[in-house]
Amino acid sequence: MFWQIDLAILTLVVVTAVASLMVKDLLGAAILFGAYSFLMCLLWSIMGAVDVAFTEASVGAGVSSVFFVAAVFRTSRRTKD
Amino acid sequence: MAELIPTIIAKYNYWIYITLMMIGLYAMIAKNNLVKKIVGMNIFQTAIILYYVSIGVKKGATIPISTGGHGAVHEAVHAADYLNPLPHVLMLTAIVVGVATLGVALALCLRIYSRYNTLEEDEILAQIRKK
Repeated sequence: MFWQIDLAILTLVVVTAVASLMVKDLLGAAILFGAYSFLMCLLWSIMGAVDVAFTEASVGAGVSSVFFVAAVFRTSRRTKD
Repeated sequence: MAELIPTIIAKYNYWIYITLMMIGLYAMIAKNNLVKKIVGMNIFQTAIILYYVSIGVKKGATIPISTGGHGAVHEAVHAADYLNPLPHVLMLTAIVVGVATLGVALALCLRIYSRYNTLEEDEILAQIRKK
């Protein structure tokens, strides 16, 4: 586990988390949340938890994003905050 | 104070996990849109899972898969050479439970939208008060 890669990806994780909460479009928030989940999966494969990493890649970045996009298309895209 | 700063820098990953957790908690409390609240809940969940997985990391250890395969000479397994797989297995369950929670929360969001025609919390509360 190299601390440089670890720190870089942790910074990107925090940036995508804040961005997905700040963006004013719910579809954009869903896609940024998918990017967050994928970065989290990279972090876990760096830590050596390969089983957790591929579960997160399929379930977190895949199914969760599909759920969010489906829910946003059935409701409204606009948000005030 | 002087010896506190190296301690903080050496444990930088724990501080970032706490930051992520507080971002999720803030979104759950302060955000007005229901989908944003659900995103915050998921960020909170993954921050906790990240903390638990990071406990199992050891220095100089490899992934917890035994190297001796079929036909290999049986030899003793040194636990210090492998990562601790127990947090991984526990957190695998937590990820699946998290996705189930997300599905239920989004289904409730759809019901709320079909009834009140909005996802903003203050507008929903105003409509409830008017009735």
